[in-house]
Amino acid sequence: MAVVPESPESGESGGLLAWIDRRFPLTALWKSQVSEYYAPKNFNFWYYFGSLAMMVLVIQLVSGIFLTMNYKPSAGEAFASVEYIMRDVNWGWLIRYIHSTGASAFFIVVYLHMFRALLYGSYRKPRELLWIFGCVIFVLLMAQGFTGYVLPWGNMSYWGAQVIVSLFGSLPVVGGSLVEWIRGDYVIADATLNRLFALHVAAIPLALIFLMIAHLMALHEVGSNNPDGIEIKNLKGKDGHPLDGIPFHPYYTVKDVVGVAGFLLIFCGVIFFAPSFGGLFLEAPNFEPANALQTPPHIAPVWYFTPYYAMLRAVPSFAGTQVWGVLVMGAAIVVLFFLPWLDRSPVKSIRYRGPAYKVALTIFSVSFIILGVCGLKPPSGIYPLLAKICTSLYFAFFVFMPWYSALDKVKPVPERVTGHA
Amino acid sequence: MMRNLWSLIAAVMVLSGPAATAALAAEGEALPPSGTDIRDVESLRRGAHNFMNYCSGCHSLKYLRYNRIGRDLQIPEAELKAGLMFTSEKPFDTVISALPGADAEAWFGKQPPDLSLIARSKSPDYIFAYLKDYYVDKTRPWGVNNLLLPGTAMPAVLAGLQGLQKPVMKNVPDEHGNATLVLDGVAPMTPGAMKPEEYDRFVRDTANFLDYAAEPVKAKRQSLGVYVIAFLLVFFVLAVLLKKEYWKDVH
Repeated sequence: MAVVPESPESGESGGLLAWIDRRFPLTALWKSQVSEYYAPKNFNFWYYFGSLAMMVLVIQLVSGIFLTMNYKPSAGEAFASVEYIMRDVNWGWLIRYIHSTGASAFFIVVYLHMFRALLYGSYRKPRELLWIFGCVIFVLLMAQGFTGYVLPWGNMSYWGAQVIVSLFGSLPVVGGSLVEWIRGDYVIADATLNRLFALHVAAIPLALIFLMIAHLMALHEVGSNNPDGIEIKNLKGKDGHPLDGIPFHPYYTVKDVVGVAGFLLIFCGVIFFAPSFGGLFLEAPNFEPANALQTPPHIAPVWYFTPYYAMLRAVPSFAGTQVWGVLVMGAAIVVLFFLPWLDRSPVKSIRYRGPAYKVALTIFSVSFIILGVCGLKPPSGIYPLLAKICTSLYFAFFVFMPWYSALDKVKPVPERVTGHA
Repeated sequence: MMRNLWSLIAAVMVLSGPAATAALAAEGEALPPSGTDIRDVESLRRGAHNFMNYCSGCHSLKYLRYNRIGRDLQIPEAELKAGLMFTSEKPFDTVISALPGADAEAWFGKQPPDLSLIARSKSPDYIFAYLKDYYVDKTRPWGVNNLLLPGTAMPAVLAGLQGLQKPVMKNVPDEHGNATLVLDGVAPMTPGAMKPEEYDRFVRDTANFLDYAAEPVKAKRQSLGVYVIAFLLVFFVLAVLLKKEYWKDVH
């Protein structure tokens, strides 16, 4: 074989994009994932939160990188370094507020995104794996929220870590040594802070990015669901594109810009006018440095964990161990993974479901919010009873779903999607 | 359209959930409003003088630099050095008290806390109420106690300005129906160097300054926020118009 020298004329034309495309499928990726990804034309308000979640992830990554440049992950210096960021780093206060508000915004957006899936049956076949990737993202997000909350090393950081890490101590046999292994010390200390920092800035963000890509790949493989719960791929035009589909770009890119603008209005409103958000986004006791000798008067986790914290407290200790509460709290997350197989309804969207599912979803959502309030409150007065009732209702939604969803009186589903918003 | 409206209402409810719970969380610890205003620079300057003259002997503001105070409260460096800097020489230094920690432990039983963030871990209202709530109590080491923080280790440093206050007791039946005396409030006992309104202003200015010290950028943050929101409103309108233009051909 003779070596043919590459001539400048053959195949090296067409500019930079063509040069790249011969080496990397840039145009092909752009087309398959964006400009020729056909999405249903009837997305409504609830469909903003997926793209918003992606944007918040980017906001958190970028603001987090800048925080890491000035933060010191050491028990002796962490608290002071956060104040250094707030006072002496140029625009440090803004970066920090973006990141702290972003954490709460992430959970608001993701909770609404998950609620959308419950409304329109977005977890149903063939989107089971898409839903499961989403659930793993949710679990990682909780880990990210917890590890990040400890880093400022305020007194609530310290005691929150104390409570959460000691949960593992309730496990039989291995509990005690497991907690010690997690802490890396006999108490929450410098070693604990260092490892939580490593998880928060490297391990979990990496896993989140990979899972977000997997989540998007799974979505683009099976196609988006829509408020009518109809598979638009079943009806294609002569051009091979779904009749009810429109290219994601430019239609949904311009539409998502509206969502971004609306989101940023609220987001910046919080950052500039109420960054502590009444003590919910930044808790008052966390402006005191970590103090192993002084417990805050009332330890409550950040608001996005309170529904699960309320479940933990709602379960009484039994047979001499507290482990049941921990198991119930864990089960409340694990049960989400099984949702695609619990739902036996012949239709996906709430628009064509009967009263049973509508009532069940309403009770479930209200219970979840009440649990959130219970978790913020000291466990006295009416709250322990409320938490017990709402924990039962939370699980009832899933446990009885195979029956009420199958027996529900559904409406006929149209062939084509109904209008567009 | 209706369906969209319901979605919007639902979303607003979900989003306003935290705000409602915050309002709930605040119940039961209602303090009288202190009326501080972070944008009142005159008040902040008076508060800075109050702090340096009456508090900084024992309490630090270890995260706040003198030159930052000078810059934010528009105090020239010469005036800053003469009027505010008693324990330090370089304007770049932070406000550190002159009281050695070991002595503090011996004299007060604990070190006076750093007050850099007291307005955030408590609140300006708390500081305002605390500094007005001292009363005579012979059982305490300093002869005074505090209504808001019973058993406080701090002596009534400002008694000379406020005058002494006496406790007001009230008869309340206990669980057996027997009348028990409980502390209900405080009332003036001896006059101080200041009239009550003057003392209120003194304490309000001090609380205001500590609110500033807890977040020096607060006033700037809020004024900047107005421009950010104004920009985003314009951006939002343009985004809606752009979306409408593109979506004309979707039927």
